[in-house]
Amino acid sequence: MIQLEVRPTPSRLMSVLSPVIALAFTVAVAAVLFAALGKDPVQGLRVFLVEPLRGARGLTELGLKATPLILCSLGLVLCYRSNVWNIGAEGQYLLGAITGGGLALWVTVAEVPMAPWAFFPLLVLAGALGGAAWAALVAFLRDRFTANEILVSLMLVYVANLLLSWLVFGPWKDPNGFNFPQTASFAAATEVPRLVRGMRLNWGFGVALAAAAATWVFLFRTYRGMQLQIGGSARAAARYAGFSSRWALWTSLLVSGGLAGVAGACEAAGPMGQLTPYVSNGYGFTAIIVAFVGRLHPLGCVLSSVLLSMFLIGGELAQSRVGLPAALSGVFQGVLLLSLLACDTLIQHRLRWAASR
Amino acid sequence: MNELALLVAAMLSAGTPLAIAGLGLLVNERAGVLNLGAEGMMLMSAVAGFAAAYHTGSDWVAFAAGAAVGAAAAAAFGWLVIWLNTNQYATGLALSLFGGGFSAFVGVSYVGRKLVERSHYSVPLLRDLPFLGTAFFEQHPMVYIAIALAGAMAWFLYRTRAGLVLRSIGESPDSAHALGYPVRRIRLAAVMFGGALCGISGAYLSTVYAPLWVEGMTAGRGWIALALTVFATWRPARVMLGAYLFGGVTMLQLHLQGLGVQIANQFMSMLPYVATIVVLVIISRNPLWIRLNMPASLGKPFFPGA
Repeated sequence: MIQLEVRPTPSRLMSVLSPVIALAFTVAVAAVLFAALGKDPVQGLRVFLVEPLRGARGLTELGLKATPLILCSLGLVLCYRSNVWNIGAEGQYLLGAITGGGLALWVTVAEVPMAPWAFFPLLVLAGALGGAAWAALVAFLRDRFTANEILVSLMLVYVANLLLSWLVFGPWKDPNGFNFPQTASFAAATEVPRLVRGMRLNWGFGVALAAAAATWVFLFRTYRGMQLQIGGSARAAARYAGFSSRWALWTSLLVSGGLAGVAGACEAAGPMGQLTPYVSNGYGFTAIIVAFVGRLHPLGCVLSSVLLSMFLIGGELAQSRVGLPAALSGVFQGVLLLSLLACDTLIQHRLRWAASR
Repeated sequence: MNELALLVAAMLSAGTPLAIAGLGLLVNERAGVLNLGAEGMMLMSAVAGFAAAYHTGSDWVAFAAGAAVGAAAAAAFGWLVIWLNTNQYATGLALSLFGGGFSAFVGVSYVGRKLVERSHYSVPLLRDLPFLGTAFFEQHPMVYIAIALAGAMAWFLYRTRAGLVLRSIGESPDSAHALGYPVRRIRLAAVMFGGALCGISGAYLSTVYAPLWVEGMTAGRGWIALALTVFATWRPARVMLGAYLFGGVTMLQLHLQGLGVQIANQFMSMLPYVATIVVLVIISRNPLWIRLNMPASLGKPFFPGA
């Protein structure tokens, strides 16, 4: 019988290898699933793993899709490292889309003269404030009333969704939009400046990479960052050292909400160019998987965001090219996270053959 | 008066899926395991139940299918958290995300399908009572089963030896282990029982309550059921009370619209979620009370002999 034995020290090799094993397992599951659906597994895997990497267009689209995932997952890294279980990044993202998109809509409707480079910082700020305000609700209720942050942050996702839906079906609906639930298209000046001519990739990606670098510096090169992590991993030690758990709670939630809000604002004023009920692709939830696959490390998050955006683009391609449901990418995301958690057991434990007891 | 009776009836019907899932989660939390995968299990069972009802025409086959799927998903979760000691929060979350994706994928072909004519249930004689008949006795049998289940569960937890063992495992798995109880196997059984009830709840939603299948149709009910166990401070009778209150809040939105209240329907639809937050805040205001009532080992891993 195979038994688990606790390792004396966590295996560093395994902590890097575990996502690779989990990915290999997910690919194997995918191949079996394609075969079961009567599709050629090789062609199916190509759509998910090779096609999204094709050419400059493919690569820039990959970066565009990865942008919200990087931003949302970085905030979640801070939260999970400080043992704050924020699972409502989706709601914070939507609020950022509402405030950022609302600002862009106001500039459009009121015909405010605006240069794209002047608007972009305002957009980022508006998104950050919106997302942070939504997360502040969670922090306040947890801090003041010890209300469970998992449940509160998740309930607020539904509330944010309905709020967005009310806006685009009601007061913000485009009067010339044939009654579709959407706002007017934003003015050209509000569009997030593009990084590459002719491609949709924009400076939101630059902001995301800068945020990743800043998060790394904060977590691993500042005293405050260390306090935050010790509060998460060894609560008693943190209390003994006098580190404030309230500070960690507020910081991680406000930063996390702010980053998710920036992601929402950049999506609304970037590739979307207007607000619709579909401004999110479930990015806030996918970001949870990204954060774990990226080992709760900022640079890991960038890599796993690219991987997960391959899954998202692959899901869309699978629908148009091979006639598979787009929901397939959701299945693969779930399999990836579950198998990753199982593989992570190998970091703390090793397998041993032992006589059955 | 008849309006009120209909409201009560609708409240019972809307509260039942929350009650069943909440009772199931209560059992596995009493054993010390927190399963955040409730939403995912309910979604997978909802699609399984719908498919079963679509092909066989029987609600009972649908409930059985839902229970089987829920228990199987919970078993996978249980194996990960109980034997491999993975983080219970992360694993439950993973199950919810997986369940959402998997149910959407499997259910594509059932979207827009209709079930055959639903049979109308009522209790003979009692249904003719004025007011009470309409309010209480024209319900699906599952509504009464849920109430009976709550009674049975209270009796099991507080009046039987097995219930005592279950609770002791939730309070102190190390002591239970020292006394020779198979902590891991009992926890797995409790988790699977919780999964089965979440499964029945999901199947009830897609075959009796809705009755239809669309992606994400549970609309957060799995999470509300998790919140219910906290409101109820882990007591079956209070789970029922909370479930019907939430059923009432869900129904209120429809009835207020019927009465011509001029509020956008999106704000009405926010009610159950906002109510969850408000009640959670009221209950949690006194952390000591929660801590006294919460199973002491809830969410913590257990290493036998460590």
